[in-house]
Amino acid sequence: MASYLLSRTIQILLTLFAFICIVFFLVNAQPGDISNVYAMNPELPPDARERLQSQFGLNQPLWQQFLVYVKNVFTGSFGLSFSHYPRSVADVIAERLPRTVALFFTATVFSFYLGFMLGKIIAWKRGGWTEYATTLGGVTLYTVFTPWFALMMIWLFAFKAGWFPIGKFLDPVLWREAPIEANTLFGRMMLTALALSIVVFAVFLATTRLRISGARLIQLGSLVVAVGVMIGIWRATGTGNLAWDIIKHMVLPVLTLTLISFAGTMLLTRNSMLETMREDFVLAARAKGLPEKAVRDKHVARNALLPVVTSLVFSLAFAIDGGVIIESVFSWPGMGQTLVAAAIAEDLPLAVGAFVFVGIFVLLAHLAVDVIYVFLDPRIRY
Amino acid sequence: MAVEVAPQSAAPSLRRVRFALAMRSLRENWSLFLGTRIGVIGLAIILFYLVLALSHPILMNTVWDERIYDPVVGYAFDETRQPAPPSRSHLLGTDPLGRDILSQLMHSARSEFLLGLLAAVVTVTIGTTVGAIAAYYGGVVDTILMRFADLMVMMPGISILIVLSALIGVEHFELALIIGILSGFGGASILLKSQALSVVVKPYIEAARAAGGGPAHIIFIHIVPNLLPLSFLYMMFTVTGAIFSEAILSFLGLLDVRMSWGLMIHTTEAAGYLLQVGKYWWLIFPASLSITLLCSSFYLVGRAMDEVINPRLRRL
Repeated sequence: MASYLLSRTIQILLTLFAFICIVFFLVNAQPGDISNVYAMNPELPPDARERLQSQFGLNQPLWQQFLVYVKNVFTGSFGLSFSHYPRSVADVIAERLPRTVALFFTATVFSFYLGFMLGKIIAWKRGGWTEYATTLGGVTLYTVFTPWFALMMIWLFAFKAGWFPIGKFLDPVLWREAPIEANTLFGRMMLTALALSIVVFAVFLATTRLRISGARLIQLGSLVVAVGVMIGIWRATGTGNLAWDIIKHMVLPVLTLTLISFAGTMLLTRNSMLETMREDFVLAARAKGLPEKAVRDKHVARNALLPVVTSLVFSLAFAIDGGVIIESVFSWPGMGQTLVAAAIAEDLPLAVGAFVFVGIFVLLAHLAVDVIYVFLDPRIRY
Repeated sequence: MAVEVAPQSAAPSLRRVRFALAMRSLRENWSLFLGTRIGVIGLAIILFYLVLALSHPILMNTVWDERIYDPVVGYAFDETRQPAPPSRSHLLGTDPLGRDILSQLMHSARSEFLLGLLAAVVTVTIGTTVGAIAAYYGGVVDTILMRFADLMVMMPGISILIVLSALIGVEHFELALIIGILSGFGGASILLKSQALSVVVKPYIEAARAAGGGPAHIIFIHIVPNLLPLSFLYMMFTVTGAIFSEAILSFLGLLDVRMSWGLMIHTTEAAGYLLQVGKYWWLIFPASLSITLLCSSFYLVGRAMDEVINPRLRRL
């Protein structure tokens, strides 16, 4: 196990290195350099231009520039952003990465759950009208033109109904006299969510492993208690309404992301279920006289889960990637929106920095899924 | 003498038998495809847009006046204010710049088809070749190609396209090539290699090698044809991806294209009509729905073909 993880980590690091190489050469493949911006300026004397080039290290050979670049990437210095001057790229990214992670993690969990549940049902009722309707609806949502769909959601739920704010991360009027910075508060919110999910997961694991009767009731009760305690603590600190403001801004993007991405999981679960349903142990389970629901949930679905988990990698990459659009439409100030805004404003350092971080994020997700996979499938031993 | 004549007379009949076999399997697969229903829906939508795309040049040359109906530089002189609502002369109204929406829609359909087709062909050509080579040679070649494919799969596609279009000017042709290369060396080659692995161990490959066939001969004559059904399936998903990426990029205004569905929505957004969905529906719905419908129709056809090709999904 340890050696497997080590080799995977080394592999991921190599991939990261290759990724950085590609980014560097993409940037350098374009003609000219940063001093060309001043080349058209007749007032700039040639020696000033040369000084500029040597200041930026652009007169060095390419391989030396590359070494400096790699060193900078691994020490986290991507230079200064043009459009957020004088903030550094690393600073902008450090502010925005948590927001993206929070958004996508929530959405991925929801869409995975929804997709798996629906996939189970439509595989069991193959050929019925439920299947056709769900498949058509799911595929339409999956391939829907994301900006348009997001816009319709905004128009319907925010513009017409007025249930949610139209976009952005928080309401500036509410935050004008806030005693705390939004980033600090958001960090605390994420810690709370982490603690909550750990508690719920532990209870869930304990009740299923120990085979306690009435497990459902205990799980539900612990969930309610945990959420109640959490809300109580937030109320006590007096920043509850600010946190609620951020959550209100999060609902619509998460809902949209869930709706557009659940179909991938659903269709994969269906196919995986159909393959598993042919196995002999399913026949045996039925012959034992087990109720259909037990056969479906305990025998088929658990074995069908494996390829679906593998696909989580792709769906996560898809979510981050598709999230570029969602974030720009909802003006959610995360990595994707930063990337698009930087690309449109030709803020090259920020665009490259954001791109490298998106890449790192996807690579880490791959590693995480490998670990999860080992836990899920007892047949795999490294 | 008889020995020499025999193969000559056998050859055409052999070809006829092969042809009959191919036709029969085609007919069987076709009826399986029709049985999936979702595939039929997808195919109907694709045909509808194909008709739209093909009839645009005909309409431009016969019924429509070029000065009014040109998708890029036309202007609806017959309307007093732009954007004009749908009328008899402009079935889907005009955009904020006074151009006919239906004409734009039909004109863009053609470039979407071309883009999707080119991206899919590039993807599948690369994917099939790389997959077959990796499966045939194995060892170091396999490792290098597959690690590279892993790298490509991990690339955040839309983000890389955004960065690229910020760095260099990207048009439809370049976009199709970039998408084709990214997915060809990535997902396509992984998928097709796993299929090729099951082909490589077949006895006829052994026989071809024993008969003195070189690597190139075996890869392109014996392995690649057996990968074609799966690669055709993959093409459908690539088309969806390509049309979708193009729409996103031109919606963000990052592509150097003259007209496309994404650009139509970009124009609407730039003119500030984006949230007036109810009042100016013809500025938003035709283009958005077209993107959605065409993407999902190719996806549905792909799913239906999966049911036909993948034996493990066949009904018992």
